[in-house]
Amino acid sequence: MTMSSVVTAPVAAVRVPARSLAGELRAIKIVWQRDLIRFAEDRMRMVIMLVQPFIFLFVLGTGFQALTSRSTGGVDIRTFMFPGIVAMSLLFTSIFSAASIVWDREFGFLREMLVAPVWRGSIVIGKCLGGSTVAVLQGVLVVAVAGLVGVPYSPAMIIGVIALQLLLAFTLTSLGLMIAVRIKQIQSFMAINQMLVLPLYFTSGALFPVSHLPAWLAVLNRFDPLTYAIAPIRHVVFASLTISPAARQILDPGIMWGSWTVPTWLDAAIVFAIGVTVLAIAIIRFSRDD
Amino acid sequence: MKSSEPAIEARGLVRNFGQVAAVRGIDLTVYRNEIFGFLGPNGAGKSTTINMLCTLLRPTAGEARVAGHDVVTERDAVRRNIGLVFQSTTLDDYMTAERNLRLHAELYAVPRAAVDDRLRQVLEMVGLWDRRSSKVATYSGGMKRRLEIARGLLHSPRVLFLDEPTIGLDPQTRGSIWSYVRELQAAEDITIFVTTHYMDEAEYCDRIAIMDHGDIIALDTPSALKASVGTDRIRIDTPDNDRAIAEIQERFDLPAKVNEGGVLLSVPNGERFVPRLFAELDVPILSVSVSRPSLDDVFMSYTGTTIREAEATSADKLGRHPMAMRMRGR
Repeated sequence: MTMSSVVTAPVAAVRVPARSLAGELRAIKIVWQRDLIRFAEDRMRMVIMLVQPFIFLFVLGTGFQALTSRSTGGVDIRTFMFPGIVAMSLLFTSIFSAASIVWDREFGFLREMLVAPVWRGSIVIGKCLGGSTVAVLQGVLVVAVAGLVGVPYSPAMIIGVIALQLLLAFTLTSLGLMIAVRIKQIQSFMAINQMLVLPLYFTSGALFPVSHLPAWLAVLNRFDPLTYAIAPIRHVVFASLTISPAARQILDPGIMWGSWTVPTWLDAAIVFAIGVTVLAIAIIRFSRDD
Repeated sequence: MKSSEPAIEARGLVRNFGQVAAVRGIDLTVYRNEIFGFLGPNGAGKSTTINMLCTLLRPTAGEARVAGHDVVTERDAVRRNIGLVFQSTTLDDYMTAERNLRLHAELYAVPRAAVDDRLRQVLEMVGLWDRRSSKVATYSGGMKRRLEIARGLLHSPRVLFLDEPTIGLDPQTRGSIWSYVRELQAAEDITIFVTTHYMDEAEYCDRIAIMDHGDIIALDTPSALKASVGTDRIRIDTPDNDRAIAEIQERFDLPAKVNEGGVLLSVPNGERFVPRLFAELDVPILSVSVSRPSLDDVFMSYTGTTIREAEATSADKLGRHPMAMRMRGR
């Protein structure tokens, strides 16, 4: 290809305006869109992310069923685990999405965004929205199998769970970003990820009721942000079930602070407050100069 | 088209990484519509300087203005007015060329009505319009570099920074990138600041600064710099190089040295010196060649070392400091 005849006409200059809210919104939108485009083209990732929750739900759940059928008051353990699996799918997808900022740094693309005349926070917010959207898309697919584990498809359940998924995906992606924004290598992020994700998940009550835990685990559980997301999801799911009050008392007890049951709206507010806090920290960390 | 209006001005610019002084207080003025070359071995401080001028790195001391704006206090204004092409690619390989450019247009808030036209213009300029729908991953190294130049121009910057735009490319592609840069200078009101460690490429620049160990050691037009060396290079082949060197030392009081099987010496007005050489030396001369100083000789005369040797020692020095290494790589 020759370069000698490439300049055909003088190029009309464009004018880049000073930074404005509209400009920031354009930046947020394009960062969000990029994540969606990348996700849409990454079929492998979709498949892996989809398979994982089903292994937990149908393999682990079916295995547990044999052990626990008497203690759940006739409720299928898979029905009980369903809200936990919804949360797990969000947890893995959100944190994985946050990792993309580390990939971008490692492969150089992040620099293109860092030198642009935009607020660094816009990049983080765009990434957060992108990761949350992808996580909820996957989460909706998990909701779609509710019928297979004995959860009826009531509109209240579907709308309630998806709304809570949006909230939880926002918080978890922000949490992932808070960690990811200063990390230079994907391996380091994965290591931190392992240390964070499994403890968060196992102490959250995704896989067991949180009402009769030994004191040490109860304390850990109450400090786990995921606890406050899983309890409302479970509450919404169980509201659509017809089960004995005794079983409901065991399986969907709500979160107790001492003798006080935390109301569902407060659970959601706690998750949101944590999300806003970690997102703010992510933005501050990302904006810091090298 | 060149004017005396400065596009870049740096005064006493310093950057330290811990104990390592990467840039030691440089002064620099680049005029509007110039192609300004920034030369030096790897690790001389070129990329650190460019990073400070591009607002990516805070100077430890000193100040700089780019396109009339201060790089520390008016960072956004500087960013709106500069285009950047880095040493290592910053494209998204998994998106098409067009998507990469559209993303850039959104990040820079290029007026929506202007995006389509401008996009086509810059892609045609670098000869990639027909390949706009291909994923960047399918591009060759030279094509990626051209795409990055197109992207750097998309928002009509007043200053375009090219950090080693030809590194890792074959000689033919290097040549085409340079001819493109020259045409760009003629077609647009743009100032081009380019770093390279290929001395031969500096010939394309209007003025060059030579940097070594964090200092600017020479700054002028390529021809003035070469003239400042003042000497030509004479190379003779003889059957007895040692004797030839001894005789040159004795008759002319000039140091000569063996280089790749021949004898090398530097003198002013080489052509006039050759007849004297034939007259005075007893050792037979088999062949002779005279060459004008190159920019390599300029580097040699200012630093006392060749650029290759300088690269070896500074790479070693920087290698001990991880931060400095990282700044070069990113």
